[in-house]
Amino acid sequence: MNEKDLGPCSGGAGEPGRRIIDTSTVTAAVRELAIAAAHDLEPDILEALLAARDREEPGLARTVVEILLQNAEIASRERIPVCQDTGVAVVFVELGSEVQVAGDLAAAIQEGVRQGYRDGYLRSSVCDPLTRVNSGDNTPAVLHLASVAGDRLTIRFLPKGCGSENMSAVAMLPPAAGVEGIVDFVCQRVQAAGSNPCPPVLVGVGLGGTFEKAALLAKSALLRPLGQPHPRPDVAALEERLLARINAEGAGVQGLGGRTTALAVHLEIFPTHIASLPVAVNIQCHAHRHKETVL
Amino acid sequence: MSMLRYQPPLLASLPEVAVPFGPEVAAGLAAGDFVRLTGIVFTGRDQTHRRLVALLDAGQPLPVDLAGQLLYYVGPSPARPGRVVGAAGPTTSYRMDAYTPRLLACGLAGMLGKGARSAPVRRAMQEHGAVYLATIGGAGAFLGACVKACTLVAFADAGPEAMLRLEVKGLPAVVINDLAGRDYYEMVQKGLRPTG
Repeated sequence: MNEKDLGPCSGGAGEPGRRIIDTSTVTAAVRELAIAAAHDLEPDILEALLAARDREEPGLARTVVEILLQNAEIASRERIPVCQDTGVAVVFVELGSEVQVAGDLAAAIQEGVRQGYRDGYLRSSVCDPLTRVNSGDNTPAVLHLASVAGDRLTIRFLPKGCGSENMSAVAMLPPAAGVEGIVDFVCQRVQAAGSNPCPPVLVGVGLGGTFEKAALLAKSALLRPLGQPHPRPDVAALEERLLARINAEGAGVQGLGGRTTALAVHLEIFPTHIASLPVAVNIQCHAHRHKETVL
Repeated sequence: MSMLRYQPPLLASLPEVAVPFGPEVAAGLAAGDFVRLTGIVFTGRDQTHRRLVALLDAGQPLPVDLAGQLLYYVGPSPARPGRVVGAAGPTTSYRMDAYTPRLLACGLAGMLGKGARSAPVRRAMQEHGAVYLATIGGAGAFLGACVKACTLVAFADAGPEAMLRLEVKGLPAVVINDLAGRDYYEMVQKGLRPTG
């Protein structure tokens, strides 16, 4: 997707020197992201599944990974969602300080979700938590808005299936728990999740901050290209250690055995309080759908 | 994705099991068996379960006689025009555990989903002679292509959670809980799974 496809980025009266983006441009972009994310797995996840296929001995696990690859191919070709759980729409937006959206940005995003789920024949899975009545159009999406430098509007779309989301957790460990405590908690969560989150999974880990910051770090860790290590060597080493242990002791492909419980572990960190060690684990299934666009 | 780099799975050699099936067929299914299911299954997920059990509580008849049937935990995505169904992979089974023993008492022959079942469900399966199979989570497009016909049975207002009658052909599934009380996930965890 590029700006040309999305129409002109102008309209409305903005502050001098600011780039103006119309809400209709945002809505159209989100609609496209929702549909594309449901049908087309990104190359990083396909590469990881191919590597998993090659790693497995011929047998049940390998056959299942082959089915997952064929599933991706059918989904893309036939325009059928990769998974029927087309998720709750989680949208990360970075709004450049030199950009102005002419109108209600949040409403424009919600409208894009509404249109994308309707026009893409995607499942509406969002309901009231008490009455369980379905909203019918998969809104509201969960929005994370951040202000950044620059003249761009970046939208990252992560439809999150809840078979894996339900296996996620936050722990407020005592600082004395240290690295061993972190490793134990993460591995224990993945182990306890078993086959429920559709392994092979991607494990997002948020370390530090506060209770809610750790959870958001874990979620945003899922946005990093698969298998790209954390830039800080000690964090990257911890990711590697966690992945090795999870795959050594884990459930394997779909809990049916084999060598691949997780495709990757991504860890994001943030300074925390001297009294605290928050650790969040956000599990993502192999149907790891993520798309982004820059306006 | 390069088509040269992956090979379609060779599923044709898997044993075909007609669904629904009687006790003789169930008795022949062993934990770890990889089979293909062909025939009729009824769908149900959270809301369907809640409503079926509410009907039982109220002494009302169920929309379909579950005796001898296989219940598939799935909420398909909407079908595009001209298609039978959208994506149709399994949802996580443990969420149905609270209701399952009640439905097993109605004579359910088995369930199809993903993930492990609770101890009470496993006991109820033993008591009522039912089996539990898992199909492949996240393979919704592949599994949707195994669905050849789809009709609404009940609870249309529940949207994706409505109860449907699906005609499936060659749907791959692994037997998790068999009539001998074995659990394949547990066997894997303990390193007891059969080789090959």
